[in-house]
Amino acid sequence: MSAIELRGLTKVYPGGVKALDSLDLAIPDGEFFALLGPSGCGKTTLLRTIAGLETATGGAVVIGDRDVTGLQPGARDIAMVFQDYALFPHMNVTDNIAYPLRIKKVGRAARQQKAAEVGARLGLEQLMDRRPGQLSGGQQQRVALARVMATQAQAFLFDEPLSNLDARLRLEARTFLKKLQHELGVTTVFVTHDQAEALAMADRMAVMESGHIRQIGTPAEVFQRPANTFVAGFIGSTPMNLLDGVVRADTLEVTGCKLAVPQSAEGLLHDGEKIVYGVRPEYNVYSAEPVDGSLGGNVSIVENLGASYLVTLDVNGVLVQAVVPEGHEPAIGDEGYALPRRDRALIYRDGELVSA
Amino acid sequence: MTRFVLHRIGFYVLIAVLLAFFTVPLLWLASAPFTSDPTYKVRLPDFTSENFRAILDNPYALGSLWNSVLLAAGTAVLVVVFAALAAYALSRVHLPGRDALLYTLLLLSSIITGTAAMVPLFQLAVELHLIDSQLGLILIMTGGLLPAAIFMMKDFMDSTPKSYEESARVFGASPLQIVRHVVVPLVRPGLATIAVWAVANVWGNFLMPYLLLSDVDKQPAAVIMYTLYTEGGQANIKLLATFGLLYSVPVVLMYLFVSKKYGFRFHGGIKR
Repeated sequence: MSAIELRGLTKVYPGGVKALDSLDLAIPDGEFFALLGPSGCGKTTLLRTIAGLETATGGAVVIGDRDVTGLQPGARDIAMVFQDYALFPHMNVTDNIAYPLRIKKVGRAARQQKAAEVGARLGLEQLMDRRPGQLSGGQQQRVALARVMATQAQAFLFDEPLSNLDARLRLEARTFLKKLQHELGVTTVFVTHDQAEALAMADRMAVMESGHIRQIGTPAEVFQRPANTFVAGFIGSTPMNLLDGVVRADTLEVTGCKLAVPQSAEGLLHDGEKIVYGVRPEYNVYSAEPVDGSLGGNVSIVENLGASYLVTLDVNGVLVQAVVPEGHEPAIGDEGYALPRRDRALIYRDGELVSA
Repeated sequence: MTRFVLHRIGFYVLIAVLLAFFTVPLLWLASAPFTSDPTYKVRLPDFTSENFRAILDNPYALGSLWNSVLLAAGTAVLVVVFAALAAYALSRVHLPGRDALLYTLLLLSSIITGTAAMVPLFQLAVELHLIDSQLGLILIMTGGLLPAAIFMMKDFMDSTPKSYEESARVFGASPLQIVRHVVVPLVRPGLATIAVWAVANVWGNFLMPYLLLSDVDKQPAAVIMYTLYTEGGQANIKLLATFGLLYSVPVVLMYLFVSKKYGFRFHGGIKR
């Protein structure tokens, strides 16, 4: 088990597309780390560069205390689960799990015993003689996991590990993966485009956009204090309200409403400057009666989220969303007021978070 | 309802006629060798073994079948090995002008073993001292079949997802191990297809061995068949039918074997 460190990692594809732009990243030993971003942001390229399947144009990849930048994938002592699992269709489950050991010239008996051991740990005992084609998606995933576990590598890399499972199984697999990683304690980097997956599973995560890391932090940090408007808009199952506003002495003027300055930005704003006011719908307290310092308007849409409702207010032509607990949802056309929590609202200046 | 029934009846009658058209020659081939006095008609055989004794008395018959096996097997092995390696490289490495190269090869290949190239090929074989040599013939046939084989093989290689190989690579497999453990098993149905196709091509080729092999002891069955005449200069139907049966049995057996062994494809392991 080892830490992973990236120093100034750059990848330029032939043709001049810069997939990774001088990335620095340190992943401590044993961490479950998520690379999150929209498609085309470079997260898979980053994972493949760590694996050695892509060669870095510049910078270094350090695993443990070894600089592996120039090494072949097989010499890096890492193991990878591919998005499509890449189980060999002509080998049964035992041979698939034992394949990395076969490459390492482990004897047949020893590697079959190891495969049986790892397979049993993942509940595959009954399936060891089957071919991958005879397994369900969830079972295939567990075989792929068993295969990387059998390698006893320094670090694991997962490329979109859940994207090939159907929705219900995905939740189960999420919990299972997190528990497994915790038990094994192997440094693991996984790629996902699903922010909910990253928030749920990762110890820490990096949010990427067009070859840059826009924020690194724990899921709680990234969710509560997105470092910039890109992360603010990308994280959260309901997107953050990002409203243009102007600082007026001790208060803010946002879409015609007078709001209090959030705690995080107190004393950091200048009179008259333009800002973006950010507040998550979950942190907007909804009320049917007028409240001081709230965003008031008419209800234009009400969406059912299950145990709560997402209410969209038309505030002087700007849409503002708030989450309302069940039983309190308003009717369309009603007057409504959204009071942002001062301890959760955020101010962005030129796209970057204003904070002490 | 009646309309539907009439429709079906008409359909099956048509099928039956078509089937009969193709079945009669096969029935003839199956019955004529066992008939004492075969003609061009299909008749119930009287199950004589006389014709087989006659063909065994022919000094070249059995040897020519063996020659056919040698030529076909040698060519098939060379074609499969070279086509697999070339197709793998062409499929995985992006060269500028790759597709143009492939199509040009394919186009030229139809000329190489075609009639137009007979004279230059003959001269080439003479210059290289490969005339009247089975090895020379195998090499020339291999050259003729390779472009099409590479083309077909590349299709098989292209349809194999790269992540299988990348997965093996991350586990530390060398390129040769990847080919042996992963690529060859995955494209095995393709390799079998190419091999069968090469064997069938060589087995049925008359012109090339007829021109390039002058020694009767080296000639394959397709050429020997041409010599089965009666003293009167008429085609010897007895021997032709019997030899024709012997000539076709190996190919049929090979087809059955390969189809049983490789006539399926693996599925799964890659989630689509």
